[in-house]
Amino acid sequence: MTNRSPILSLRGIQKSYGPIKVLHGVDLDIHPGEVVALLGENGAGKSTLSNIISGTVQPSAGEMTWLGKPYAPANPRAAMDEGVGMIHQELKLLPKLSIAENVFVGRYPMKSGRLDRKTMEDKARAGLQRLGLDVAPDRPVEGLSTGKQQLIEIAKALTLNARLLILDEPTAALGGEETQALFRQIERLKSEGVGIIYISHRLEEIRQITDRIVVMRDGAKVQEFDRGDVPIRTIVEAMVGRSLERMFPALPVPTQEVALEVRGLSSPSKAFRDINFSVRKGEVFGIAGLMGAGRTELVRAITGADPISAGEVLLHGKPVTPRSPIDAIRNGIVLVPEDRKLQGVVLDHSIAENIGYANLGEIARNGWLSTRRIREFAEDYIRKFGVKGRGGQNAGELSGGNQQKVVLAKWLARKPQVVVLDEPTRGIDVGARSSIYDLIMDLARQGVAVIVVSSDLEEVLGVSSRIMVMAQGKQAGILNREDANDVSVMELATI
Amino acid sequence: MVADVKERRGVAGIALPSLRGATGPLIGLIVLCLFLTFATDKFLSVRNFLNVLDQITVLGVMAVGMTMVILIGGIDLAVGSVMALAMMVLGYLNVVAGLPMGIAIPLALFVAALNGLVAGLLITRFNVPAFIATLAMMSITRGLANMITDGQQIIGFPAWFNMMAIVRFGGFLTLTVAVMIVVFIVGLLYQRYRHGGRVLYAIGGNAEVARLAGINVQRATVLVYVVCSFLAGLSGMVLAARLDSVQPSSGVSYELDAIAAVVIGGTSLSGGTGGIGGTIIGVLIIGVLRNGLNLLSVSPFMQQVIIGAVIVLAVTAETYRKRK
Repeated sequence: MTNRSPILSLRGIQKSYGPIKVLHGVDLDIHPGEVVALLGENGAGKSTLSNIISGTVQPSAGEMTWLGKPYAPANPRAAMDEGVGMIHQELKLLPKLSIAENVFVGRYPMKSGRLDRKTMEDKARAGLQRLGLDVAPDRPVEGLSTGKQQLIEIAKALTLNARLLILDEPTAALGGEETQALFRQIERLKSEGVGIIYISHRLEEIRQITDRIVVMRDGAKVQEFDRGDVPIRTIVEAMVGRSLERMFPALPVPTQEVALEVRGLSSPSKAFRDINFSVRKGEVFGIAGLMGAGRTELVRAITGADPISAGEVLLHGKPVTPRSPIDAIRNGIVLVPEDRKLQGVVLDHSIAENIGYANLGEIARNGWLSTRRIREFAEDYIRKFGVKGRGGQNAGELSGGNQQKVVLAKWLARKPQVVVLDEPTRGIDVGARSSIYDLIMDLARQGVAVIVVSSDLEEVLGVSSRIMVMAQGKQAGILNREDANDVSVMELATI
Repeated sequence: MVADVKERRGVAGIALPSLRGATGPLIGLIVLCLFLTFATDKFLSVRNFLNVLDQITVLGVMAVGMTMVILIGGIDLAVGSVMALAMMVLGYLNVVAGLPMGIAIPLALFVAALNGLVAGLLITRFNVPAFIATLAMMSITRGLANMITDGQQIIGFPAWFNMMAIVRFGGFLTLTVAVMIVVFIVGLLYQRYRHGGRVLYAIGGNAEVARLAGINVQRATVLVYVVCSFLAGLSGMVLAARLDSVQPSSGVSYELDAIAAVVIGGTSLSGGTGGIGGTIIGVLIIGVLRNGLNLLSVSPFMQQVIIGAVIVLAVTAETYRKRK
């Protein structure tokens, strides 16, 4: 391997967003005809790194060499012209255009100044057939299953004649047969000398098709294996590693009384299927899993934000399956949503108004209220939760941690029985995190049943007395605190 | 120093609660009045002021409803046509069918409100964009208004109806102006001090946050379109009294005047900020501007150009202020 010169070399690649450093000097070589797996937890820096290679993001420091020449693509187009193809994790197809148009978008084959539709469709059909997909290339993409759309995305990359291909979670939406067809194409590309970077959470696949494994954690390359066939346990240990010890407050002892119970819950979009668990009063129940495992969809359904197709939710044994957030809130089940800025607070409204919006009924007397009364009501909670801001200040001016406290304050004013927190500390700095953890423990101590969804493994392990692990929409298992550690959770999550 | 400034702003906010966020338009209105006072000798008089009030009644009543719609991030293009339909229903029921005004007026208002209900349901239940739903309603109601008399006007209302717009009680207010003022006050109070009014800000600010906060966004949305159409109908009653007749071609492009008044008054088309206080000033700016331009003998065509320029000025000034 060493006597061949690499297609692409990365040396000391760094990336910062403001003061936050997401990549700390990564070195990486990709040789012709090899498949390199890029592994790591959510947020380890895999996507940032592949975005830098594909020209979507520019590095803050470091050098790249492409076929022996300096390489610094200004945009995805420039990278594509050099021969870098990328398949994104999220689908980027144009639903109204035909399959062939999608495959060739931006580089339509031309004949005497006009679009050569026939060549385009023939080439697209050939590309699709190689992947075992038998659909007419002139039909629109709209209405095709996610799996088929994924294959079209792959066909698009295959027809690029790329020298280097980046596949970011290509099999997330594929079935077994489709995956095998993809692997056959990967083998073919390898024999043609194409270099491939393969990002996936499915570790079984990695063992099957990769030649080399690079593990990333917290924005740095932590380990490299010179073969693909490494025991899963070894890989997982490298992925979770031992990062800085964080302080978590002591867990209160939950009561024996079950507060919330979920039975056979399924979603119409199949984001999650047949979920069963219960949470006791005063318990902090964690939900872990990888991106796309269905955690957010599940908790949104429990709190009435998303629809439910089957199953029921019970509170103290009584069925309370919600049909809307109003239903859930009336029963004392509230959600602190994943995306604060889009779902948690109205950014250009004041802190007081934001707290008020969930409590207008309470604040109003016979339906009458005033800005002053909303302000007075909110001041109490602003003080109690240590929000660093004045009631009249816009929520958009606050830090992430303080915004999160505003969202919590708006719910806790209602004295809820079940509080669901989805990614409670995402984008919040370490100092503010511990005060959020303290708030969570306070809730549990007061007898509230708390559910915490988090992609941060250490966080779920640190705050939960039990952890449910989800994988691909199903519940992979529920671990007690004693049995839960990073390895046991990741093993369940990567089934 | 900083605290001092903020404190003072707070005091101003309490003194003029309904004008919060509309100080820019208010300054514009004052400058405009000062200019006209010096540019013409007829502008500054009680008589002229009362004239202006009479002239803005229709727009004023309509713009209150439009404010609520725009506040939740919606739009209602049908108000001009709904107004015409309500007028024709009134004329038909009273003059042709011979029903007393005491029944004809409520029924006309009911028909108007019904249009808002249809628009609101199209928007919430069938996810039709507000622009499209009300564009369709605009066409439908205009057609219905014409169908009632095959495009003819109706005259022959009882004498007292027209007097409502002419007789100045106490030498001061006509009944139509009184109706507008009541709508202003009720609208202001509702928007600022009622549960249902505050909810509109939450919905316009971020409908998903509002929904997750347990606010019934769908119901509030339907209600807002019903109220907007009802007020369009009411403005039709006012116009009918002023003209002492009704015709199906009334109110063409009034929706655009109403939107202009709301926007000049500082309510953002994206929803969530602004309010009826600003709209009242916006209506007054349009009224005073038209009145003043007439006094200055500016041609009606030139007036359209100037009003367009004022809309641009108002919105850019507001955007600039916000960016700072």
